[in-house]
Amino acid sequence: MIAEAGHYALVLALALALIQSTVPIAGARWGDVALMNVARSTALAQLLFAAISFTALVSLHVTSDFSVVNVYENSHSLKPLIYKITGVWGNHEGSMLLWVSILALFGGLVAAFGNNLPLSLRAHVLAVQAWIASAFYLFILITSNPFLRIANPPIEGRDLNPVLQDIGLAVHPPMLYLGYVGFSISFSFAVAALLEGRIDAAWARWVRPWTLVAWIFLTLGIAMGSYWAYYELGWGGWWFWDPVENASLMPWLAGTALLHSAVVMEKRNALKVWTILLSILTFSLSLLGTFLVRSGVLTSVHAFATDPTRGVFILLILCIFIGGSLSLYAWRASALKQGGLFAPISREGALVLNNLFLTTACATVFIGTLYPLALEVLTGDKISVGAPFFNLTFAPLFVPLMVAVPFGPLLAWKRGDLLGAAQRLTAAGVMALIAIALLWAWTYGGSTLAPLAIGLAVFVIAGAFTDLAERTGLFRVPLGTALRRARGLPRATWGSAFAHAGVGIALIGIVCETTWNSEHISTMRPGDVAKVAGYELKLDDMVQRKGPNFREMIARFTVDLDGQKLSVMTPSKRNFTTRESSTTEAALLTRGASQLYISLGDATADGAIAVRIYHKPLVLLIWWGPVLMAFGGMLSLSDRRLRVGAPKPARALRGLQAAE
Amino acid sequence: MTLWFVFALMTVAAIFAVLWPLSRRARPQSGGSEAAVYKDQLAEIDRDVAADLIAPSEADAARVEISRRLLAAVDDQRDPTVQSNVRLRRLAAVSALIGLPVVAVAFYLSLGSPQLGDFPLAGRARVADATQSLGSLVAQVEAHLEQNPTDGRGWNVLAPVLARLGRFDEAVRAYRNSITYNGDSAERRSDLGEALAGAAGGVVTSEAKAEFERAIALSADDPKANYFLGLAAEQDGRNADAASIWRGLLAKAPADAPWRPLVQAALVRVGGPAVPALPDSAMAAAKDMNDTDRGAMIRGMVDRLATRLKQNGNDVEGWLRLVRAYMVMGDRDKAASAVTDARQAVANNAERLRQLNEGLKNLGLDG
Repeated sequence: MIAEAGHYALVLALALALIQSTVPIAGARWGDVALMNVARSTALAQLLFAAISFTALVSLHVTSDFSVVNVYENSHSLKPLIYKITGVWGNHEGSMLLWVSILALFGGLVAAFGNNLPLSLRAHVLAVQAWIASAFYLFILITSNPFLRIANPPIEGRDLNPVLQDIGLAVHPPMLYLGYVGFSISFSFAVAALLEGRIDAAWARWVRPWTLVAWIFLTLGIAMGSYWAYYELGWGGWWFWDPVENASLMPWLAGTALLHSAVVMEKRNALKVWTILLSILTFSLSLLGTFLVRSGVLTSVHAFATDPTRGVFILLILCIFIGGSLSLYAWRASALKQGGLFAPISREGALVLNNLFLTTACATVFIGTLYPLALEVLTGDKISVGAPFFNLTFAPLFVPLMVAVPFGPLLAWKRGDLLGAAQRLTAAGVMALIAIALLWAWTYGGSTLAPLAIGLAVFVIAGAFTDLAERTGLFRVPLGTALRRARGLPRATWGSAFAHAGVGIALIGIVCETTWNSEHISTMRPGDVAKVAGYELKLDDMVQRKGPNFREMIARFTVDLDGQKLSVMTPSKRNFTTRESSTTEAALLTRGASQLYISLGDATADGAIAVRIYHKPLVLLIWWGPVLMAFGGMLSLSDRRLRVGAPKPARALRGLQAAE
Repeated sequence: MTLWFVFALMTVAAIFAVLWPLSRRARPQSGGSEAAVYKDQLAEIDRDVAADLIAPSEADAARVEISRRLLAAVDDQRDPTVQSNVRLRRLAAVSALIGLPVVAVAFYLSLGSPQLGDFPLAGRARVADATQSLGSLVAQVEAHLEQNPTDGRGWNVLAPVLARLGRFDEAVRAYRNSITYNGDSAERRSDLGEALAGAAGGVVTSEAKAEFERAIALSADDPKANYFLGLAAEQDGRNADAASIWRGLLAKAPADAPWRPLVQAALVRVGGPAVPALPDSAMAAAKDMNDTDRGAMIRGMVDRLATRLKQNGNDVEGWLRLVRAYMVMGDRDKAASAVTDARQAVANNAERLRQLNEGLKNLGLDG
């Protein structure tokens, strides 16, 4: 009964979404409050049914009900409980159900907390939300139904792809989907604004926090996915410019731009058209990501199954939503009232520059990802656009952006003073130069670019804290006053400082890992010793062990540094009989922000084994950076105050800096 | 029944969600307005000034800006034209009452399987004890072997069952494991070869042949290996080799070996000059006779067969054996007349006639 109840709940959610997508619009059109309020109750009911449906699928997986095709194909009775649960979204059908459940969750949140929205705006937003939901409910029911049954259930399932049997699966997809789907809210708001033909202060006040929530989750989701790939795939790489990775990077870049222009819009009532366009683009790129990953156009760990009807269906959804919203934009955007004016050199101007750089960077990733696909469709040639392309196009766009990042927060709203900002950044610039000089002297004869890049990162980090120091008057007023002011600073200010510093920290990690990474690949026998970056690793022995649904061979390494025993590392190779496949479990030894990484290759017949050992200096900074960015986002989100950007008066005395 | 009750309950809840707001009296402008946001912003500026975050001059500039927007917003504010459009509401109510259940039921009935209950694994294992199907027993043994992969006895039990179930690929793996953990033997090797041949759809592949050869190396008399090596020869088109292998096998076989008929049938298939249709005892006897005696004995048996067929002509196999026997003895005329007799005997049964014609074609006589 659980399976069928879950199935029926999904069907009811579709029926409710269909009503939610039409009735409120009619209500808004003819000014009927009751009809507009239908949006709210149906959105909440739709959330209830989507939740029932999802819970039903989870419980089917947990009880190993193999009469459900989805459970039979992706589960195994011996799997540990955590993987039985995470296995729900470790496959195509279940992950789509998670997708719509999160969509329903966001719709329900807008319905529940949208009391301070103008009624017609709320009706429109929820209706647009329901269009998206209807399309995906139909997609799930028709092409990827997780509740299909087998009349004579098999006694054992086929197990989950072993690579996915990892704690990463519990975190990465839900985070990523919260990010992807979260952008549907700003999309719905944008389309609603275009439908209504007006965009007001309440609009901006609402869009920013939702965008921020989505952005935080997407940031963490991407970082988590990257770390997962790093330790699970056994190659020690953390970003491959793989199309699937790019599919998540594109909405992030557009979403970052959206976040900044939503702030401008809330504070200064400017950049309205930018915000609308970026809202549409960001969610379109999220949909594109879903299409690339789910249609089977790309083969990767993520493409659980390939089925042409699915691809065509998603492509259809993609065309209708992206094409429709962009046409609506082209048609109605000019009708929107223009907002506040600003001088080119001003905080607004800096943020426009930021938007331009981010969208251009997004465009290069877009081209690099889709050009090979388009070429393959048109001519049948297979080319691969890899790291060299992105390093040549993406990096030059990011360098000026990073140089500009510290200037933005130091400029005043409406009209800024570039020279003044530059003066205040002198200290940060000096710190960057010292860092470059020190590094260059220390690694004399080594890479030239690396010290420069690290100098840039130091500049970004120091710049972020210059902003804080300026606002609190640190070094200019007594320390006590500065501390009092620091406490009084809006959390949003702290948040942006942390987020910007996070960018710099991630950059340091990236540069250090790629430049000074050392590796050692060899075939080792028990008793052999490998020397990597000053560490001595001795292979003690290899033992077989039995896991719940796999067998594994564990190699034990003793790690010595300067003759002192540090630790024991135990990389392993796991063999999953049901799927007849194996995974490598790398062993990681963290020393500060650096890591020692061992991954096992194939064993030879005479008892030796191929071993890859890497020493990755400061590699963890790559992920600490995004975590810091997300932390900054959360600080800003926790700040419930209104955002008002006080403009710099035309002929003002130089006093305190403008606050947030 | 419970299931339909739950469905009905859920449908009612969904319909209620649509009807509830329709039934309530409208409160004019229950949402927030633009003016409210600007008023909040003005209050925020006062707080910022109090907290020493912005200078008074900047605060003034901001106040001017926001006040200007506030005025515009108030002027602009559309009249909350609250109407109740009864016709539209009715339409919405009807679509909820009828459209929603219709859509839901239509989708569900075409996709769902309401007749199937739940099959949680825990519940199934308990019920199954008495009437456990072969499949679940196999799964149990497999689960046991998953945990104890070195249990040779387990593989020994599992392998033939898998082969019988037609799961040849798994059977091959099971036999290999059995050989690894139980040690090599001619029997296991030839079983493995049989499973390999089964996996290849009955073709003795070179991989399978290698296993049979290994079995022969271990024990030259292993009947299964010999039989399959003969089959391999036949499949290669070397009928004579096949026949000699099989004949050797029969010669060494005990008279009551259960596989004798199989090998004899195979021998007939390759059309070797063996004398068909002889009972084993007769074969054994014939071996010790001289040519004349043997010929006489054979002729006697063929005559007996012919007599039997005259009385009961329905035995197509019998007719074919008779025709072949005459041909082997070099008696073409008798063979031809036997064909005619056979046709007459089965003429009123189309199926038998077809079998007969096919059999005759195989013997090289036009059917």
